[in-house]
Amino acid sequence: MSATGIGAAVRRKEDQRFITGTANYTSDISRPGEVRAWFVRSPHAHATIKKIDTKAAEKMPGVVAVLTGADLANDKIGGLICGWAITSKDGSPMKMGAHPAIAADKVRCVGDQVAVVLAETLNQARDAAEKVKVDYAVLPSVVDPAKATAKGAPQIHDVAPNNQIYDWHIGDKNATDAAFASAKHVTKLEIVNNRLVPNAIEPRAAIAEYDQGNDALTLWNTSQNPHVARLVISAFIGMAPEHKLRVIAPDVGGGFGSKIFIYPEEVVALWAARRVKRPVKWVSDRSEAFLTDAHGRDHVTHAELALDADGKITGLRVRTIANLGAYMSTFSSSVPTYLYATLLSGQYAIPNIYAEVEAVYTNTAPVDAYRGAGRPEATFVVERLVEVAARELGIDPAELRRKNFVKSFPHQTPVIMAYDAGDYDASLTKAMEMVDYRNFGKRKAESERKGKLRGIGFSTYIEACGIAPSQAVGSLGAGVGLWESAEVRVNPTGSVEILTGSHSHGQGHETTFAQLVSERLGVPIETVSVVHGDTDKVQFGMGTYGSRSGAVGMSAISKALDKIEDKAKKVAGYMMEASADDIEFKDGKFTVKGTDKSVGWGDVTLNAYVAHKFTGGQLEPGLKEGAFYDPTNFTFPAGCHIAEVEIDPETGKTTIANWVAVDDFGVIINPMIVEGQVHGGIAQGVGQALLEGASYNADGQLITGSFMDYAMPRAGDLPSFKVDTTMTKCPSNPLGIKGCGEAGAIASPAALINAITNAVGHENVPMPATPGTVWKAAQRAVMKKAAE
Amino acid sequence: MPTVTVTVNGKSHAVDVAPETLLVELLREKLRLTGTHVGCDTSQCGACVVHVDGAAVKSCTMLAMSADGASVTTIEGLANGGSLHPMQEAFREHHGLQCGFCTPGMIMSAVDIVNRKGSELDEQTIREELEGNICRCTGYHNIVKAVGAGAKAMKGGGKSARAAE
Repeated sequence: MSATGIGAAVRRKEDQRFITGTANYTSDISRPGEVRAWFVRSPHAHATIKKIDTKAAEKMPGVVAVLTGADLANDKIGGLICGWAITSKDGSPMKMGAHPAIAADKVRCVGDQVAVVLAETLNQARDAAEKVKVDYAVLPSVVDPAKATAKGAPQIHDVAPNNQIYDWHIGDKNATDAAFASAKHVTKLEIVNNRLVPNAIEPRAAIAEYDQGNDALTLWNTSQNPHVARLVISAFIGMAPEHKLRVIAPDVGGGFGSKIFIYPEEVVALWAARRVKRPVKWVSDRSEAFLTDAHGRDHVTHAELALDADGKITGLRVRTIANLGAYMSTFSSSVPTYLYATLLSGQYAIPNIYAEVEAVYTNTAPVDAYRGAGRPEATFVVERLVEVAARELGIDPAELRRKNFVKSFPHQTPVIMAYDAGDYDASLTKAMEMVDYRNFGKRKAESERKGKLRGIGFSTYIEACGIAPSQAVGSLGAGVGLWESAEVRVNPTGSVEILTGSHSHGQGHETTFAQLVSERLGVPIETVSVVHGDTDKVQFGMGTYGSRSGAVGMSAISKALDKIEDKAKKVAGYMMEASADDIEFKDGKFTVKGTDKSVGWGDVTLNAYVAHKFTGGQLEPGLKEGAFYDPTNFTFPAGCHIAEVEIDPETGKTTIANWVAVDDFGVIINPMIVEGQVHGGIAQGVGQALLEGASYNADGQLITGSFMDYAMPRAGDLPSFKVDTTMTKCPSNPLGIKGCGEAGAIASPAALINAITNAVGHENVPMPATPGTVWKAAQRAVMKKAAE
Repeated sequence: MPTVTVTVNGKSHAVDVAPETLLVELLREKLRLTGTHVGCDTSQCGACVVHVDGAAVKSCTMLAMSADGASVTTIEGLANGGSLHPMQEAFREHHGLQCGFCTPGMIMSAVDIVNRKGSELDEQTIREELEGNICRCTGYHNIVKAVGAGAKAMKGGGKSARAAE
């Protein structure tokens, strides 16, 4: 391993600009002559729009234009779409309601945009927005997914009777029912997976500019996947042909899924820029972000686990209602189906699984992928079921898990996934050693002496990452392929530019990707630059989500580097008058096998461009290669998180006394960056389990609409984490990488709730386990103990 | 429009501003110092922290006019010429940042913590003192390490922040 190659904890190249305040986020960009946009948003969760009067607003100082949904419709700008088709049990397609970028006749959630004001300054736009008069006829609303399909519930989209988007299933119902009928023990749980607001700290933003001379548009936006944004805005929304639309996602301040999607505001900014022929800048404030960023999770689930007399799991049965909000966001349909139910086998050999998922509309913000996307929900179901089953059967929870682990690979689950490699015993064993499981009883007794309750909880999770291969996801309804592209441009002086379809918004690609190049070409990472996030520079790419940039994005780079190496050997061959087959390339040096004849990287790259040693007929000049990489399987990161908590029964305060994470991510390029991803993921999972929950009142008002009402994890809420890894190489990509971005958020909620329920001695602790919730649960434990 | 006279990163500016202009708007829009960020609208996230006359202030919660006559240090003014402030260096060394959006505010708050609490900071103190800065990426683990290390490094002669103010 070189100091900057694969496996080295290289300090990040990109940090210089972030720590000196010289980064370039979308909201930092200002275009000459720009106007500021501000949206008029619905204060009602559900209403018809009877009339919009913009006259008074138009007369306000600085106002350039006030545009409505009627203007949008007149200009034939299409609506937003969901790009993953799900088919219901009965064979009918999902019911996708129209989603115009500005509502014209009806609003379906608080925050729905009904007009946009363009003005010289932001404050002028905001002042004028208050003068837009909208005459609403308020309708009854529904926010609870479990009530959305009830008789008499308000009808949100005409195309979706009873607000049902789809009623989907997977697995063998009859076989699973039979397994339950013959089970020795059945564990049942009612689970609410709480709704979360992603809250990347950079709010969404968009700047659109129209180039009249070329009839072309440019959009700077806060996107995790600018090429997908361009494709959707072009092909489905009809804004401009793909070659006349450039999308640039510069530095992006966190995404966690919420910046995958195509949002109304960026569509409106583009349309408005062309209408007023001036650049249009829109920057969300946090209050808008709470109302309009796609939320995450929001499942209501009935789950059952069947076991035989030996404690072997024989079946798992799940019925889930998934709240998709008021409109179907870009990939919303896939999250509670193929990203959720296909992971219900967990790390276990479960012969029979059947899952039913009903997706519903409600008068709430759209719900889509948020860090983990379906897999945290699946892990929570499986890991709660297994833990509770162990408690009910009086078996150590680690032992019940071990007994049921998948032990040979490949392993085909009953729900599509074929696990390719793993060693679940290894990560469980290591985590138990790190947490000192053997002495937990002593620590519990010590806590009890202080009047505290102590609990320990496991989560042995698995996830499917990469979100590929394309043919497989296509057969499941995906509207896109999920490969990745890369181009390697070697300059005459030997420096290297990597153009990637992946997008970095905190993941450190500029460093990690450069490490791969350094390892392969033997060049210093300082001479490698990584270019991403601009559709004019990178030809096409699928972006970053689903922990795919390493496994898929870097594999594409690796494939392009193979071609670079092949061609460079040919150049070196001509330089040394040897056959390319006889050239060895190592540590940046080309050597003729069995001789001391060699040339260096810089000589070869220069010769590739001056082309003096070969003719055009023999070899094309230049050194630039591209690759599209489509993996052969998903990747399956897995591991074990153990949480240990101490609860004060007097206050309900949960203190995380110990957190251990042992993950198998396959080959790791930069362990420092990987650990950082794990820390961040755990924090988001702890947030879900202890603090966070988006809450709407019965009228559809978001009552957790700011950082004062929605509890984001702060430094004082979290411990330092003990993080380690085990390693089985991923056989499904050339680098052996599995992916690490989502694991922490997937594993951690179950570990924490298992620890809290262990401490209080019963299972009724919903998320978020706030002090109030835990206090009630703890009091039951205290009273039970007093009664004994 | 009233004129605000303010020294920012050692340089004096006289800027005409509307009375409702916030200090962060003055910095970002009038002076184009975009390293100071806005991550919320309720003074919670701390992405906008700068130093005003040597003390940490959330610049989204201060009117530009209130800064008249003051000396302001932003993230852009923290490094001493080409050499980074020890706290900036510590954030890089300990991977105390991912997306970078909260980072300027984190670093400005961290320097202020050291200025107030000294260079020997235990983990609990650092975690409590970071109450006003939200990070969504790092889980704070490495930020806490960076602040502790940066504090020690500041003791070792890293006085550039104080000098700039």
